[in-house]
Amino acid sequence: MMLKKTACEMLTVLVIGLIAVFVFPNYVAFYTVISSTIYVSLAILALSLALVWGYGGILCFGQAAFFGLAGYTYAVGAFNFEVTAYAAVIAVIVPVIFSAVLGYFMFYGRLNDVYLGVITLTVTLILFKLANSTAGDIYTIGNARLGGFNGMPGTPLLANPFGNGEPLSPHALFVLATVLLLLSYFGCRWLLSTRFGRVMVAIRENETRAELLGYDSRRYKLIFFCVGAGIAGISGMLFANAVFVSPTMFSLNYTAQILIWVIVGGLGTLMGPVIGCIVLQVITAYLGKTGLIDPSAALGLILIVFVLLVPKGLLPLLTELPDRIRQRKKLLSAEPAASDKGEQQ
Amino acid sequence: MDYIIVLILQVLYSVASLALVCAGLAVVFGMMRVINLAHGEFIMLGGFTTVLSANAGVPLMIAILVIAPLAVGIAGYLIERLVVRHLYGRMVDTMLATWGLSLLLVGLATMVFGNQVAGVAAPFGSVTIGAYGVSLYDVFVIGITIAVLVASYFVLAHTNLGLIARGAMQNPEMASSLGASPARIYSVTFTAGAALSGLAGGILAPLSGVVPTMGAAFVAKAFITVITGGASILTGTITASGILGGISTLTTFAINPVIGDVALLLTAIILLRFLPYGITGRFFRGAN
Repeated sequence: MMLKKTACEMLTVLVIGLIAVFVFPNYVAFYTVISSTIYVSLAILALSLALVWGYGGILCFGQAAFFGLAGYTYAVGAFNFEVTAYAAVIAVIVPVIFSAVLGYFMFYGRLNDVYLGVITLTVTLILFKLANSTAGDIYTIGNARLGGFNGMPGTPLLANPFGNGEPLSPHALFVLATVLLLLSYFGCRWLLSTRFGRVMVAIRENETRAELLGYDSRRYKLIFFCVGAGIAGISGMLFANAVFVSPTMFSLNYTAQILIWVIVGGLGTLMGPVIGCIVLQVITAYLGKTGLIDPSAALGLILIVFVLLVPKGLLPLLTELPDRIRQRKKLLSAEPAASDKGEQQ
Repeated sequence: MDYIIVLILQVLYSVASLALVCAGLAVVFGMMRVINLAHGEFIMLGGFTTVLSANAGVPLMIAILVIAPLAVGIAGYLIERLVVRHLYGRMVDTMLATWGLSLLLVGLATMVFGNQVAGVAAPFGSVTIGAYGVSLYDVFVIGITIAVLVASYFVLAHTNLGLIARGAMQNPEMASSLGASPARIYSVTFTAGAALSGLAGGILAPLSGVVPTMGAAFVAKAFITVITGGASILTGTITASGILGGISTLTTFAINPVIGDVALLLTAIILLRFLPYGITGRFFRGAN
């Protein structure tokens, strides 16, 4: 049952992905392609938290830190290197290294999930402050001025390293972002199907039991945390190309939004947060345009309502609906004893 | 010599303001194990209440010491009733719901007050020590923090209410079977915590000005300090703000404020690596 559902989901993702790559950009306005690139890059960020929190049980409020670090690394690299693709690769490596150091202190200190959340949140806010304080000529790395609050506009865009050095067109960037989202998604699925992924889920379910069976939960969590940081790094690198790098990448606003995408979409699923991200991005963009209600007030209200009333999120709610109806029908038609045999989701 | 006096005053002041900002959070976290991420917004509400009532003609001291804690206490009471009450025992969910609350309050404040700094002038003027000017309001902040801490200690250690509160903190089931209603204790605690945050907001309003997004500046520091402090409310808050506030001020003096914040965080992370249950999880156990 579970397997069939996963296969079904993977197939749907593949079909939607192929449509997004080959059909979508040819039929919509230029502006829509650009904003879709932003949504897709943020969807990768949502995916990273979906993996780390939903499957690893690591309550990380600091995905925005890795996102922002990757953005800044890319921008600094792109100003300094001839080939911007090198900058893109380094942009994914730097957050992984940072997460390894941070994770060592947190997991080997055996902090519980709530403390973990607070520390990752604090790290993000400190990075926000640091990035904001880099105005002026002293804060220059090679040819790159960090620019304080204004960020780093005019960062050279990613170019095909095997081509003529021409930067990618918005269309190509969208395709690249979508392909990276698909690769990240299937990568996560693959990781979760390996022995390593299964042990990680076991640790999420019951850490003590997993430890008693001989698995070092600290090491597993640390590695998983780094994988999540790497995926967030891909997202940050794309975002730097789609928009530009500024301290807001580290802001409380993004930190909160990532969480809301995951909660709304459904914790413990991979697709849910991605859908949640795109839907909520469209809604907040609309609210920002019309000025009907402050977007942050709307997001806050959505978060409260979901935590109180729909704690499982939308995707599990929708996918369980047919099962529940079927079960209820079975209950109504068959003898009461049969209900115990019903599959537990 | 005068430089050293000013430096000591400055360290004392930043330790005191850190403890003040943490007090409300420490009460709620220590007694209820609730991480209230809307803490910064309670401070913001206290600040706005003070500025608005001072501009409406209320004497500043009454606005700070009476109206701000009262208004935010009432807001806290309502929020406990509407949101937090339904999530007791689910730490992560409470954290998320209060985060939603924080965003909601920031959004509403932006819609009502606009995204600009409101403020009142700090009272009392200043004195000169040698070549340096020292604001008397800073000294007032130190004094009021000591008063708040002493009052909290008195309530916790010497009143019936404090006894019940400490009992409920150590063993809620036992307290409940002895006739104390945990729901009421939690309600009172959350309200008291909110009132303390309101007071902190009121006191800080003349210093930093008030903006809807000001909560974010406090929330990280306050949380890291409370967690570093550990389970004991007063001792934890005092020791943690002493260590972290001291280190952060000294690095601020030596380098700059941003590095001061970074030093605060690094110290906290390293401390928590070796004392995962906070300072009072290892030392001063069983203190208030």
